[in-house]
Amino acid sequence: MQKDVKRLSLILLFTPFALWILLLIIIPHMGMVVLSLREKVAPRVYEYGLGNYIDFINEPIYWNTLLRTGSMSLLVTVLALLIGFPIAYYIAKIAGNRTRGALFLLCLVPLWVSDLIRAFGWILLLRETGVISSVLQWSGLVHEPIEFLYNDVTVIIGLVYTVILFMIVPLVSTLDGMDNAMIEAGYNLGGSGPTVLRRIIIPYAMPGIVSGCIVVFMLTAGSYLTPILLGGKNSSWFTEQIYDQFITRFNWESGAAFGFLLLVFTSFVVWLGLKITGQTLANTVARS
Amino acid sequence: MTTSPAYDLECINVSKNFGPVRAVDDVSFTIPSGSFFSILGPSGCGKTTLMRMIAGFEDPASGDIRIKGKSVIDKAPNKRNVKMVFQHLALFPMMNVYENIAYGLKCNGASKAEIERRVRDVLDRIALPDVAEREIHQLSGGQKQRIAIARCMVLDPDVLLLDEPLGALDLKLREAMKIELKLLQHQFNTTFVYITHDQSEALVMSDHVAIMNQGKFEQIGTPQELYHAPNTSFVAGFVGDSNRWSGRMTAINGDTATVETDAGLTLLCSPAGSSKPEAGQSVEIFVRPEFIQAHRQGTSPAEDAPAPVNQLDGKVDSLLFNGANSRVLVRSSSGQLIEADVTLTGGTDDLRPGEAVRLVWSPQQTMCFRT
Amino acid sequence: MAYRNKNAAFLWGYRLYVLAFFIFLAAPLIAAGSFAFNDSLFPSLPWRGFTLDWFFNDTEPKLGMFHDRRLLSGLYYSFVIASIVSMLSVAVGTCNAFLFVRGQFPAKNALYILMILPLVIPGVILGISMLVLASTIANGLENRFDIEIDALRPGIALVVLGQFAFITTITSLVITARLKKFDESMEEAAFNLGASRARVLWTITLPFLRPAMIAAGIVAFLVSFENFNTTLFLVGSESPLTITMYDRMAKVGSTPVLNAVSFILMLGSGLLALVTIAVQRDKSKG
Repeated sequence: MQKDVKRLSLILLFTPFALWILLLIIIPHMGMVVLSLREKVAPRVYEYGLGNYIDFINEPIYWNTLLRTGSMSLLVTVLALLIGFPIAYYIAKIAGNRTRGALFLLCLVPLWVSDLIRAFGWILLLRETGVISSVLQWSGLVHEPIEFLYNDVTVIIGLVYTVILFMIVPLVSTLDGMDNAMIEAGYNLGGSGPTVLRRIIIPYAMPGIVSGCIVVFMLTAGSYLTPILLGGKNSSWFTEQIYDQFITRFNWESGAAFGFLLLVFTSFVVWLGLKITGQTLANTVARS
Repeated sequence: MTTSPAYDLECINVSKNFGPVRAVDDVSFTIPSGSFFSILGPSGCGKTTLMRMIAGFEDPASGDIRIKGKSVIDKAPNKRNVKMVFQHLALFPMMNVYENIAYGLKCNGASKAEIERRVRDVLDRIALPDVAEREIHQLSGGQKQRIAIARCMVLDPDVLLLDEPLGALDLKLREAMKIELKLLQHQFNTTFVYITHDQSEALVMSDHVAIMNQGKFEQIGTPQELYHAPNTSFVAGFVGDSNRWSGRMTAINGDTATVETDAGLTLLCSPAGSSKPEAGQSVEIFVRPEFIQAHRQGTSPAEDAPAPVNQLDGKVDSLLFNGANSRVLVRSSSGQLIEADVTLTGGTDDLRPGEAVRLVWSPQQTMCFRT
Repeated sequence: MAYRNKNAAFLWGYRLYVLAFFIFLAAPLIAAGSFAFNDSLFPSLPWRGFTLDWFFNDTEPKLGMFHDRRLLSGLYYSFVIASIVSMLSVAVGTCNAFLFVRGQFPAKNALYILMILPLVIPGVILGISMLVLASTIANGLENRFDIEIDALRPGIALVVLGQFAFITTITSLVITARLKKFDESMEEAAFNLGASRARVLWTITLPFLRPAMIAAGIVAFLVSFENFNTTLFLVGSESPLTITMYDRMAKVGSTPVLNAVSFILMLGSGLLALVTIAVQRDKSKG
């Protein structure tokens, strides 16, 4: 009887999971792939084929945008790691007990604030009539308003800003779990600062690093607001292309193809990253 | 016929397998009412599995478990009147002390007044009348221990199971809790079944102890019996400290056997155990340190001894000072280290490392078991 | 001595870097929030004095946010969507936690990865895939059976489903982490004390999970409230707040009323964040 109860409860627990994954994740994505294989040959007449993908290859603007999105996302990921790691290390290992909690909280608070508001804040700071430009003019360093918006550097700064906390938070929790004695033992056995960092701290933090990088890369590549608001009309972000196809041109078939391409491309990059670092999805993202 | 109400708990040929591993192998025992019974064994010997079967969390593969003479095999764990104190106590952190103790009574549908009365009563009996409103995390280790016992005892169980509840405490507190548990058991007069791998816990508290090894009971007896008359070499080695030799019995003469050890030593022993060894068999020899006397060489009174004794010459390797339990570590000429109890007074007469000594002990205190 | 000096200098440099980083973190938020109180028609310097008009004034051109119908209705829709999403995702997330912590079934690891996946799928793609599927079904039903189901057209129902699809992963992870810390002997103890299975769940396990469920609910609420990418494709005529704000920002040009909204949102999320921390730090830790 006890076995039947167990079986029944397993089925009851499995049902919502299966419905969720199947109806909201797997079937919609399959539907998107199917749609992307459909071509409009005449009004209300469709054929199945690779036409949408061929269009993508034949039009350099499209695949250039995808490559640009990918490479800029990688750059943002690397920057977020380089800037974020020392901060995470400071919070987890150097700050005193009381400051640690406060700093971590300070890190978390912006995480709770919408991307939109954060991008809006940057606009107010960086635009021609913005705070920084005004302050520079007032101090006499420059004599004309300066436009800091609508260039790649600003887009990258904005993106790093938007995603860096997703790098810091998993890193802090990983480093927090590291026994201080391990670092001390590293020094005690004669390691120098960089050696200890390279041989002990980084290998230990690897799951956190990889987890942070995956999340940051996916968020960046899939972001929409920040590149558009900070980069303006010609930010050439791939999600913008998807939106364009779907909403502006109402060409759902090609939009679906673009969506699928973005998914495949980002998954490939993540897969490559996991292969190179020898980690798995289960021991990185799943842990945080 | 087979059941007698004099026993609170009977296990009859109980077995349990986990895959190919036989965790509990044909174990039978009976526990008389109101006694303190311990199951002592190394970790992984199956004692926890046995206890979980008694509580109902595991089903035995075969055999029967009876409580107050009635089989409980088909009863769900929440219907058995066997309560358990868990290794880490498993007090409910989201409830205060009162609610923890009242939990079982509420499950039984007792009235509010009844619950109140019984919780207060049990708190008085464990001498913690004022902690009812405290949160669990405000209690000390010893208090938690007593609350965990009270939570069970308030339900008047037929048997209380305790699964190494002292393991997490520090040494001083553990020593105090040993005495306290014994007193609590007397006070409640309920059968306690106590599981532990710590022999001193089992020996100090129990009326009877079962030694368990690899799923089987090696011996059941009073603590004194186990210590002074072990049935098997495992029990002799597991309970108390011993010096050991292995060798071959060359001759037997009445109660005294002659054994040639592997190192070439000749020792006089008393054959022991349920199946006594015979001449020609290989044996294992156990001598407790407190039965070995260490004499400075030249002052040995051994020659005057009326009965034959075992003698061994060696050099003091080191002194292990531990107050009344101090020992001397002697390296024999064959290189083996032998422990013997000594009295270290701090005076000039104490043994010193490097001195030549003669170790003397009687054959009656030298147990040898068939291997 | 020299070593110590060098070390101290390094530590001070390090601290400065950390300080600079936190200024970097705070700057845009401060900019977004503080212009809400500037008595000017534009959210930019110079500072023209303190005002609460952008919150409470009821006439154009300085229409305060609490009198701006579209912003208020956006706030309302966001609130409705976030509430539904957070309740649904906590319910399913709790089931998932039990399923993956307690359940034994084939392909468990693969299914666990499948559970995490929605978190790393770009939100835009989740949005379009949901839109495509819903529209396909709706069109099919309309053409074949002449049934029109509004819920499958862009609107609140679709937004809820789209957000629920990936927020459930977050709640599942949060609740799973807590359930893993649960000492199962606590359930056995309750069972041993005579409780039924349902009672054990209700009085022991769920109370232990409660802080994580509340925290997961708040996180789900906030993520839903702030979501833009997925919502963008699924939104109908009832725009939630982020979409309304975005439209203002991109099309109309911003007035400090947006700063006022930002200020309120930051205040709200800050408070909710504090609540999360407070419930997770409760007595039943570990």
